[in-house]
Amino acid sequence: MTETRERSKEVQIWFGPQHPGITGNMSVQTWLDGDTLTRGITHVGYLHRAFEKLMERRLYIQSFPIVCRICVPEPDTNEWLLASALEELSGLDREVPEKARWIRTLVLEMSRLGAMLMVLGGHAGSMGLGPAPQWMIALRDLVLDRFEELTGGRVYHMYIVYGGVRRDLPEGFAERMEQTLKTIESKLPLIDDVIFGSAVFRKRAMGVGVVPREWAFEMGISGPVIRAMGIPKDVRKDEPYEKYAELDFDVVTEEGSDIFARAMVRRREIQQSIDLIRQILARMPKEGPYCAELPNMLEWTIPVGQTYVRAESSRGEMGYYVVTDGSKKLRRVHVRGPSYVHGVSLLERLIPGTNIADLAPLMVSLQVCPPEIER
Amino acid sequence: MSLKHVLQPFNAWVQAFSKPYTIPMKDTMRPGADRYRGWHINDVEKCVGCGTCADICQNAAIDMVPVKDPVKGDSGLRPKIDYGRCCWCALCVDVCTTGSLGMSNEYTWVEKDPEKCRYTPGVDAKPWDGSEKGWRQEEGFSLIVKDRVPMPMLDPKERIKTWAEVVVGYSVEEARKEAARCVSCGLCVAACPAHMHIPDYIGAIRDGDFEKALDFIYDNNPMPEMCGKVCTRRCEGVCSVGIQGEPLAIRWLKRFATEQFEDFAKVLHPEVKRVGEGKKVAVVGGGPSGVTVAYYLAVRGFEVTIYEALPQLGGATFFGIPKYRFPMPSLEKQVDLLKKAGVKIVTDHRVEKDEFRRLLEENDALFFGTGLMKPYKLGVPGEDLEGVIYALDLLRDHHVGKKVEVGESVVVVGGGNVAIDASRVSRRLGAEVTIAYRRRREDMPADDEEIEDAEAEGIELVTQSIPLRVEKLENGKLDFIWGPAEMVPPDRPGGRPKPKLIEGVENHLQVDRVIVAIGQKGEFEWMPEEVAEKVVTSRGWVEVDETGMTQWPGIFAGGDLVNSTADAISAIADGLKAVEGIQQFTLEGLSVSKS
Repeated sequence: MTETRERSKEVQIWFGPQHPGITGNMSVQTWLDGDTLTRGITHVGYLHRAFEKLMERRLYIQSFPIVCRICVPEPDTNEWLLASALEELSGLDREVPEKARWIRTLVLEMSRLGAMLMVLGGHAGSMGLGPAPQWMIALRDLVLDRFEELTGGRVYHMYIVYGGVRRDLPEGFAERMEQTLKTIESKLPLIDDVIFGSAVFRKRAMGVGVVPREWAFEMGISGPVIRAMGIPKDVRKDEPYEKYAELDFDVVTEEGSDIFARAMVRRREIQQSIDLIRQILARMPKEGPYCAELPNMLEWTIPVGQTYVRAESSRGEMGYYVVTDGSKKLRRVHVRGPSYVHGVSLLERLIPGTNIADLAPLMVSLQVCPPEIER
Repeated sequence: MSLKHVLQPFNAWVQAFSKPYTIPMKDTMRPGADRYRGWHINDVEKCVGCGTCADICQNAAIDMVPVKDPVKGDSGLRPKIDYGRCCWCALCVDVCTTGSLGMSNEYTWVEKDPEKCRYTPGVDAKPWDGSEKGWRQEEGFSLIVKDRVPMPMLDPKERIKTWAEVVVGYSVEEARKEAARCVSCGLCVAACPAHMHIPDYIGAIRDGDFEKALDFIYDNNPMPEMCGKVCTRRCEGVCSVGIQGEPLAIRWLKRFATEQFEDFAKVLHPEVKRVGEGKKVAVVGGGPSGVTVAYYLAVRGFEVTIYEALPQLGGATFFGIPKYRFPMPSLEKQVDLLKKAGVKIVTDHRVEKDEFRRLLEENDALFFGTGLMKPYKLGVPGEDLEGVIYALDLLRDHHVGKKVEVGESVVVVGGGNVAIDASRVSRRLGAEVTIAYRRRREDMPADDEEIEDAEAEGIELVTQSIPLRVEKLENGKLDFIWGPAEMVPPDRPGGRPKPKLIEGVENHLQVDRVIVAIGQKGEFEWMPEEVAEKVVTSRGWVEVDETGMTQWPGIFAGGDLVNSTADAISAIADGLKAVEGIQQFTLEGLSVSKS
């Protein structure tokens, strides 16, 4: 679909929504001068399912199957945010058992790991490096196997609920998880070779898609994008939730603020997640309840209140602003996803001057997740 | 850019010689994990069709469809799942009150016809039926609250010294917390003889709107404070929450709602048409059935008079039920509303034959619910001795204010609620009490809670004991002689096991009183012969049609005389039936005729 503009001699090209290089169901309307993009407008709404509005018409417990759909590759952050917001408003947070907190931290880290394996594959795939994405998806699948036995579902886990989690760890889970971690670790050097050691990747990722440091706080950038600027911003450290305060880890930062730096942050955070999962499993309480005693979920009411909770997803800071009005249903939920900043505001600012071939790698490096934009 | 970075990616070729770690196709055909959320399975025998699965399904993928004839405690419905909508969240499994619903670990199913992707698990046979694996309910996680809010009660040691009410009653917080456990399945409505609006009033209590709750309650029960205290609560027997946990305290919640108001007349707003203006109805017997007929006819404009032989209305709930369960002020409150509704009440007045004939002449319809007032006899030698008394007489004498003495020790023969009441009253009168029952404890018709309360109060229970005879001893006491029994299978299938005397063994129990409480029957001496001939069956019951009318047009009946369950709520249900029957009968313009 092209259209020439006589006056500026620009070519207009639609990138997406049907394009393998686009991250999810969105599209970017771009204008080209030669093969350089002069400007771009993002178009979202292809995936709009009115999650926030749906939740105003659902019981609290019925919102669980909805929130996980706000980010398919990494649903657990959403589940945790909704649970923790409503626990805070209902006073149930005081009753969440210790074991549930550890299992939640485990699940959150597992989902970060799974999501980062996928997006690192995307980094390579968007530059045409074939085998790496396949391997990464296969590795992610191993994480999904663990999710399957823990939560009963591979992709939509619907596992973290108010008061704790829905099921205990299965017998022998820690050993199988360790096996999975070992497999993933054993493949990482190879991944380093074919992605970070590749001349193609280095040439196309270094110095490309640089986000100026001044934009960091001005635009509300978070996650690997801000950490690739050398700014150690991570909700897990800044405002530790669940068991993160008790875990030993450092915020990963890289310098350069380009696609390469962002990929490197993710590569190092894969290792960090693996380490964290090991720490969590070592400290997991053997006994004890995994969920608080819940009120009757068909009739649960929460007093009037509002709160904002945040968590570090693989893409950056996710936040839920939740308002309750004393009834059985949510009054309002606002989902603050990092993709809105990264995928709309920041992307449109970065596009001018970028080569058309670098647009897909750029979007992957910003880790845009459209359902989060149009929730 | 170094040569290294050009060559390094070729390390990928190493993979060509190693075992693939992508998952081979044959391995992906494995079944799901042990707790995988796959296609549903349902144990239809265990399922009661409460519909909580359909309530919690946020996709509205579950419909409750009829699959069998409803029986008590079973709606006859079963969940049908539309897999075009299901999102496999398994909330339906976690909320299931019976634990019958589960998910198998099967997830592949190919079908040409999309219509078939909608089935009733357990009813429509599927290959994964009986699957052991998959998502099931687990200990430690429940979306419903299984434990009841405990009811505060007086200490057993204290309460035997007093006639004060044993049950203290819920506070507002406790009641609302208990009410919030309800899943609104409505199985209780079907089980209640009067079909009270149970989920509605429980919902109103949960929301703190007690006036609304009372309105719902009074819609079809004019003695709710009585039912709230002493009802046999068949509703709780079928409560779906009670299948895996404790049933909702439906009775206590009704009690709570009625206790919130001093004067019901100020808060009730019955919206009824006064269709019965100018019609007269006489009610003989002021028990629950009579009160029901009187109240609902009165609010519809009928002119109703109740005739009661005892000094107070209430029937068995007045003279039979002890005051530590159902105190007088509670009864008076309900009678007070009856008066305010315009019912004329004549107490201390026993209707005899001639008056009955006159009442038939003067009224457009007549209702009688005179109850079972004549105790069954034990039929053993020595029954006529002084000191052998009948529980009904004891309770009645005690409740109308006569002085009653039971001595230091009594034995109560029987296992029903009357036996328990007589025992607990005797206990409070200062006696050591033994209950002798011929079957086993689990066969006792008395309410379980009542039996437990009696035992807590120090009453001894001797089961499988058959009375042989009673003898007078020289010291003035009675010798209650009984023989042990063994249980033999029932004669007919479905019957109760029968006790059979073990010959040759005699046990002795020295007591001051033997109280007989083995049941009671109707008494029709007051009824004109020509009427009794028509309405009373040979077995001493009264038969009525679906409108509550007897064989004699214009004479309606209800209560213990009519139904064999002999509890207050069934009597109220009879009354409700007769209210409709009487309205229909009188408004058709027919007068009571003798033919």
